[in-house]
Amino acid sequence: MWNYESRLQYPVKIKKCNLKAAQVIMSQFGGPDGELAAAWRYLSQRYVQPYKEVAGLLTDIGTEELAHIEIVNAILYQLTKGATPCEIKAAGMDKYFVDHTLGQWPQSAGGVPFTATYFQSKGDPICDLHEDMAAEQKARVTYDNILRLVDDPDVCDPIRFLREREVVHFQRFGEALRITQDNLNAKNFYYINPAYDMPCKKRCNTCDSCNPCKKCGE
Amino acid sequence: MCEEEKLLQFIREVSFAVTDVGLYLDTHPCDRYALKYYAKYKELRERALEEYQKEYGPLLLDGVESCDYWTWVEDPWPWKGGK
Repeated sequence: MWNYESRLQYPVKIKKCNLKAAQVIMSQFGGPDGELAAAWRYLSQRYVQPYKEVAGLLTDIGTEELAHIEIVNAILYQLTKGATPCEIKAAGMDKYFVDHTLGQWPQSAGGVPFTATYFQSKGDPICDLHEDMAAEQKARVTYDNILRLVDDPDVCDPIRFLREREVVHFQRFGEALRITQDNLNAKNFYYINPAYDMPCKKRCNTCDSCNPCKKCGE
Repeated sequence: MCEEEKLLQFIREVSFAVTDVGLYLDTHPCDRYALKYYAKYKELRERALEEYQKEYGPLLLDGVESCDYWTWVEDPWPWKGGK
C-alpha cells in the first residue's frame, strides 16, 4: 500500500505564467517517456521479479516516480494558473483547453493521449531491466530538451532535479541487471527466463515442453 | 526564509537522503557504511517530521494533532506552492 506525504519531493515555486512551457513540459506527465509511464512500467514489472533486490528497486523507484508525476503536475498547474482565453489562444493552447480547461490530463506535447503501449512489462527480468535503463535515458533526454526550450529559472530548477534522478535511476537499474545476470548461467544469460522457467516443482509433467526443468534438469 | 520553511526544507533534504540511499541499499544490501548513513538520516527525518507536525500541521495522515478541526485539508496543497 501507499501513504501520501503532503509535500513535494522538490519544491516548485513558479511566479510567471508560461503556457508555451507548459505545453512542452506536459509530455513528462503523459508523454511516451513521461513520469506516468515510468511509474506504471516499474510498478507493473515488479510482481514477477524473482530476485528480491530487483523487486525492491522497482517498488522504490516506481514510488519515487509517483512523486515525480506530482512535481510535473505542480509545474503545469503553476505555469497555467490564471491564464485568460486570449493568452490561451495566443499560445496555441486552445485545442487542449476546449477538452480539459486548465485541468491536468495525461497526453504528450503533440496531443497524443497517454497509452499503456508507452511501456512494456515483458515478464523477463533481462528484457524488463534493459527497457528500464533505456526509459531512464529517454526521460533524461526529454528533460535536456525541455531545458533547451525553457529559460525561466523557477521552472528549470525542479526540471534539473528530475533530470538528475533519471541518471541515478539508470545507474541503479544497471546494478539490478548485474544482480540478475549474476544469478543466471554465466555462459548463456538467455538459457532460462528466471521469472518463468525456474519453479520446476510446478511442472505439469504431462507434456514435453514443460519437462525436464531447464534449471535443474529434473 | 521563515522558520516553517526552514524546517520543511530540512525535511526535504533528509527525506531525499533516505530515499536516495534506500535505492542504493536495494542493490547494495551489505554496505555497512550506507546502512549507517541511512540510520543517521532516518533518525533526523523522524525527529524533524515530529517537530514540524506538532508546530505547523500534518504532513502525513496520522500527523493530525488538532481536536477541533480536520487540519489535513488545509490549503495550500503542495502543488499550489504550499509545501
